[in-house]
Amino acid sequence: MKPFDYVRPATIEEAVQAGSMEGSAFLAGGTNLLDLMKGGVVEPQRIVDVTHLPDLSAIDATSDGGVRIGALVRNADLANDADFAGRFPAVAEALLSGASGQLRNAATVGGNLLQRTRCRYFYDVASACNKREPGSGCDAREGENDGLAVLGWSDRCIATHPSDFCVPLVAFDAVVEIAGPSRRREIALEEFHRLPGETPEKESVLEPGELIVAVRLHAESIAFCANQRYLKVRERTSYAFAVVSAAAGLIVEDGRITQARLALGSVAPKPWRARAGENLLAGQKPERAAFERAAEAALAEAKPSGDNAYKIDLARRLIVRAFERAAAGTPNPLPALPASPFAHSPEAAHV
Amino acid sequence: MSDLPLASSPAHRRHGSNMGQPMTRRDGILKVTGSATYAADNHPEGMLHAVMAVSAIASGRVSALDVAAAKAHPGVVEVMTPENRPALAKDPEDRDNPFMFRLDVLQNDRVRYANQPIAVVIGETLEAAQEGVRLLSPKYESETPNVGLDGAESFVPEAVGPGAPPAASIGDFDAGYADAPTRVEATYETPPQYHNAMEPHAIVAHWTAKDRLSIDTPSQGISAALGRLSGLFGIPVENIEIRTPFLGGGFGSKGAVVSPQVLGVLAAKLVGKPVKLVTRRDQMFGPVGHRAPTRQTLKLGIGEGGLLGAISHHTKTLSSAFDEFFEGSSAASHTLYASPAIATSHEAVRANTGTPMFMRAPGEASGSIALEGAIDEAAEACGMDPLAFRLANYAEKEPISGKPFSSKRLRECYEQAAARFGWEERTLAPRSMRDEDGLLVGWGVGTATFPAVMFAAEARAVIKADGSGVMESSIEDMGQGAWTALAQIAADGLGIDIEELTFRGGESGLPDAGVAGGSGHTATAGNAIHAAGVDVVRKLAELATNDEQSPLFGAGNAGVDARDGRLYRRDDETRSESYADILARAGLSEIEGSGTGAADSAAQEHYALHAHGVVFAEVKVDPDLCQMRVSRLVGAFAAGRIINPRLVESQLFGGMIWGVSFALHEGAKVDRRSGKVMNGDLAEYHVPVNADVPSLEAILVDEEDPHVNPLGIKGVGEIGITGSAGAIANAIWHATGTRVRRFPVRIADLV
Repeated sequence: MKPFDYVRPATIEEAVQAGSMEGSAFLAGGTNLLDLMKGGVVEPQRIVDVTHLPDLSAIDATSDGGVRIGALVRNADLANDADFAGRFPAVAEALLSGASGQLRNAATVGGNLLQRTRCRYFYDVASACNKREPGSGCDAREGENDGLAVLGWSDRCIATHPSDFCVPLVAFDAVVEIAGPSRRREIALEEFHRLPGETPEKESVLEPGELIVAVRLHAESIAFCANQRYLKVRERTSYAFAVVSAAAGLIVEDGRITQARLALGSVAPKPWRARAGENLLAGQKPERAAFERAAEAALAEAKPSGDNAYKIDLARRLIVRAFERAAAGTPNPLPALPASPFAHSPEAAHV
Repeated sequence: MSDLPLASSPAHRRHGSNMGQPMTRRDGILKVTGSATYAADNHPEGMLHAVMAVSAIASGRVSALDVAAAKAHPGVVEVMTPENRPALAKDPEDRDNPFMFRLDVLQNDRVRYANQPIAVVIGETLEAAQEGVRLLSPKYESETPNVGLDGAESFVPEAVGPGAPPAASIGDFDAGYADAPTRVEATYETPPQYHNAMEPHAIVAHWTAKDRLSIDTPSQGISAALGRLSGLFGIPVENIEIRTPFLGGGFGSKGAVVSPQVLGVLAAKLVGKPVKLVTRRDQMFGPVGHRAPTRQTLKLGIGEGGLLGAISHHTKTLSSAFDEFFEGSSAASHTLYASPAIATSHEAVRANTGTPMFMRAPGEASGSIALEGAIDEAAEACGMDPLAFRLANYAEKEPISGKPFSSKRLRECYEQAAARFGWEERTLAPRSMRDEDGLLVGWGVGTATFPAVMFAAEARAVIKADGSGVMESSIEDMGQGAWTALAQIAADGLGIDIEELTFRGGESGLPDAGVAGGSGHTATAGNAIHAAGVDVVRKLAELATNDEQSPLFGAGNAGVDARDGRLYRRDDETRSESYADILARAGLSEIEGSGTGAADSAAQEHYALHAHGVVFAEVKVDPDLCQMRVSRLVGAFAAGRIINPRLVESQLFGGMIWGVSFALHEGAKVDRRSGKVMNGDLAEYHVPVNADVPSLEAILVDEEDPHVNPLGIKGVGEIGITGSAGAIANAIWHATGTRVRRFPVRIADLV
């Protein structure tokens, strides 16, 4: 690992100041950053350890009845917060389907948003990767790319964003609070991550020094709590990134869908809000045919970036399943194996 | 390790014979309390840390290393490169036998595969050495590597596996196949797989004198390691100490001395201090062996009643650019099914990959998944139940050799496991079974087989003045339970309670226990150990029965039984004498005996020696999303005498879980251009997690084998992986109607 300076600011202001210096990286849970540093994938000159900053570890109610989650709240703590999980069950489910118990105990909310792609060519420093080394090329394009993006990718980069947590967050209109050198600002999570285009190295809208301090969910989103699911298709039962994942939420009144929410994970360079699919569902009966139309619309722009056409078909099927499960009602308690498409009902023994 | 506090617990208490009892592991408490020392836990005074730099390319040469930058880093003591690497007494490219492999120990600047060691940095701390490695900033002259099974011209290897002929046949396959009313041809592919034991290859090497070497390193074959190191370093075997009391898994990758271990010894020599070198997880994908990929084509000709008339099994595999090990997958078709015509063959290419080596059930695991799949396809083509088809083609004698089996209770395995599984409820057609949640359900079967291999072993036994016993043999416990099972045999051989036994193994300087591999350790070392015990008892009996003072006087050697530390007159149980009394009267402080265990060439000549078994698998598949899950595995195995059913069940479960891994999870993703493994870590190289492991049952079918060896042991280390993977793949076909012939089966294959 390349030697680096280590600073531990006492306040957010100090953190932002330290983070503004060239070559700085914020350290929170470290579950991704430290691996990247050990592998020489990223080589920060300065680690700004934000884990001791005050006031970033709380889960608070907001004045409008929503929730404000401090950036340093651990994934496991958020998922196991009963109030939170009751209002945003798909978010809790997504959190619990991610990584392993040990990683969830360490990983933070802010860090989850900023985790890097799992594209193998990004991690192999001997491979060409425009994200790691702008202009070097993309070895994934003609390589082992069956897990990579089918939406939002560019010729420069076909990587996916690997987060589970971000998928329901973006579906339910989460907002990211950011502290910066000159001001505080907030931005919808949907706008927070950038598509690669010509600059895949720029993954978010964060400017130098800017620090995520909280993620907020509005009170309006709680209206989906009775009908929502996060489902994750994966190659092994736990400790695996999604092949495809989907977060779906419905508000159903008098047998008709009044609002729908849909986002996809592991299909695009960012957590993928699928508004085209949502829009088709408003006013529809919560039935398979409607969900299938929504799934078609959600993937209308999809195209394979390599040996991954199957992901498009799989994503369509998963959307239908996620909406069917959402329509059937949010399971309470959460299934023993969160996000498993196998668990048809809370009573089902399959995990 | 005579000072190992191998604890006994009440679960060890036994009634009657030690052998056959489900004793818990004698090293269990050490392991669960973290007090079992593995190689890397040893830190001799003054020890330095060595870290390998490995190649980022698969073919070419290293053109530059910034040694000065590395050496300038604080805490870096030395950098070992081809320039200054200490001389070896033997060319690391030399290879004397099939169990020895060519090494990459900085003999030149050539790069032959990705992750090949290209330098070693030795530091006062691990961190300093790691940083030194980074600062080396290697430059390469890269060449286009040969990648995969189609990357080069193929050839017929001289031998496959550990020296077996590449082809075998009986009858006229071409005629049999041409004449067959039903023909099945199918090509199956298996991926490269990497052993990835929890404990990586680690070594702590200490030159205690110019020509004396002391080593802690995991080894499945201590005497072979001694011989290898003796040759490489030009010092007598007697001058080398190896301690390997516990291995954190071996699976074949710790059978031969591999490059990182030799580099550790070289590094210690270079700096004149003890050195620890631990292979990093990502470095496990190259220099320490793997299972090569295969492409296997099976042709089956089937006649009336589903009787096989012709079997051909051809395997294409690969070895490294510089050494030979060829996965002998086609051999799976030598033993299992009767057919008047069988032809097996192999071809191979050379690729820029680390040399493949023995990996749990080498040849049998990969060959079995293809054969069992093709057999299933044949049953399907005949409209027959897959189990009925296998029974119709049951081999009453070994098909090609024509030898009778020394014992074969496979039919009983089929019966017992099928009954337990409920196989008769299976529907014939694929995609015809569902569970209450609408998931597709599939049931599949795979036959398991593994040869009963033996190596050569020696043991030394002692009864001491107090009547307690000592058994010495350099046994290797890689987690399979050798400390326990072999102690059970030792106690029975000596006729003492296991609590009265001191068992020494896991290090050099003891009689050679042979290799813990080929599923042959219990049979080989066990027979040696038992024979050594019997030898001591014979000597005790000779003392007693020739001594007028003994209550056993005149009984004759054959007229006494040994148990509980006493000899009993066989025709009069009231007349007995303790070992202690016999020795005391003879004025002896102890009495010693020895024994050997080895394959019986007469048995090998006259009989086919194999363990057998079967695995039934249930899988559930989501009909839309195609996510698969194995929900049940029931196996039954006949493997001769079972020394410890608890440990054996654990071994079989381990193999069956590996079958799940083989079928659904495991495989290196090799970049088709660079030849590099792109998923070289445990996050991306999938093996099953606990949640992937279904309900498991392993039925132990009684089997007495009077021929295989005196104790009738066949071995259980590898058979569990065979059969299982095929059973799961066949169950996926039954669930979905899709026959996936490339492993692991992935969701993408079913969408």
